[in-house]
Amino acid sequence: MAFDYDKYMRPGKLPHIWCPGCAHGIVMKSIIRAIDRVGLDKDRTVIVSGIGCASRMPGYVDFNTLHTTHGRSLAFATGVKLADPSLNVICVAGDGDALAIGGNHFIHACRRNIDITMVVFNNNIYGMTGGQFSPTTPHGKLASTTPYGNPDYAFDVVELSMGAGATYVSRGTVYHAVPLERQIADGITHKGMSVIDALCTCPTTYGRRNKLGSATDMILWFKDNTVGIKAAERLSPEERAEKILTGVFRQDIKPEYCEEYQKIIDMAKGA
Amino acid sequence: MSTVQARKEETVVSEKEGRKITVIPRYCKGCEICVALCPKSVLEIREFKVYVARIEDCNECLLCEIRCPDFAIEVEGKGKKGKS
Ligand SMILES: Cc1ncc(C[n+]2csc(CCOP(=O)(O)OP(=O)(O)O)c2C)c(N)n1
Ligand code: SF4
Ligand code: SF4
Ligand code: SF4
Ligand SMILES: [Mg+2]
Repeated sequence: MAFDYDKYMRPGKLPHIWCPGCAHGIVMKSIIRAIDRVGLDKDRTVIVSGIGCASRMPGYVDFNTLHTTHGRSLAFATGVKLADPSLNVICVAGDGDALAIGGNHFIHACRRNIDITMVVFNNNIYGMTGGQFSPTTPHGKLASTTPYGNPDYAFDVVELSMGAGATYVSRGTVYHAVPLERQIADGITHKGMSVIDALCTCPTTYGRRNKLGSATDMILWFKDNTVGIKAAERLSPEERAEKILTGVFRQDIKPEYCEEYQKIIDMAKGA
Repeated sequence: MSTVQARKEETVVSEKEGRKITVIPRYCKGCEICVALCPKSVLEIREFKVYVARIEDCNECLLCEIRCPDFAIEVEGKGKKGKS
């Protein structure tokens, strides 16, 4: 049956500003369905973003929302969460926002294991500002700032998050929108820092420059070039090297930051 | 999608034998994602917007609805839950 998004949308805000075929809308819908799946109370849920096309997302949805400064969603979200740890705090960020200007906030939020769910709208580019390369632009790809091909190597968001200490780490794609929804829901339920690397597309500033075909071709690319981590076990190392792995990479229990912080407050009060 | 929020006169409803596909042309950006991902070739683009051409062939898989980035198409079926 059709899903009723109305319950979670601010009236009169559609159509959204994203380009025709931009997959950010698919990630936004997956987040909404995930929130519904978990059954979060709208008034107890805070969605925080920075700056970028992806970061426009909170403006469309009917929660407590914060649209902050570039790269700083996790800094604001950390403040919100520490002020009232009973709130459900979700961050949405583009790959540039999360990992370039906001890279430091990102690794330290992971390290602290604070109970925030971070959804990275990973379209491999700075979409909003016209297609500059980002920390996830693949080696060799074209961007307005890499007209001869990107000499850098991309961050692997999953490995970065795990190395930094996040305790729930997954990767999904907009082709696989229902598994993506499930991962986001699990990330929300998980106590501790959750990172969901949501592979999506920017047909306008990335696809066109790199001749990746239509918006649909870009989405279908995920079907052919990703493989779930379980299915990947059956592939040869050579076959696996050609694919992007998806699925849940880590789901660990470890003391959460706000709880650890509360212990210090209690100790100081008792002293 | 936001069929209730969109003014009623903005929705275009196709119905056949308990199956209903609703589109909101004002939200639709004509990106063709739904058209290309529909396994039953139910949808087309006409005048730059999605058009329900063959509702009788629809298998209610919801692939179009789940992957429309623009909240512009909704499928209601005979009760069976769609999957993707
Ligand atoms: C301090 C600061 N520096 C630079 C910018 C310009 N700027 C706006 S959005 C953006 C990048 C957005 O890329 P990403 O986070 O990947 O989001 P997308 O647009 O791709 O969704 C930049 C560099 C800014 N707004 N503020
Ligand atoms: S520029 Fe790219 S990321 Fe931004 S709305 Fe357009 S397609 Fe989406
Ligand atoms: S529900 Fe499935 S078969 Fe029906 S129009 Fe949508 S994609 Fe096509
Ligand atoms: S996917 Fe949505 S926006 Fe794109 S053509 Fe279909 S209904 Fe329109
Ligand atoms: Mg980006």
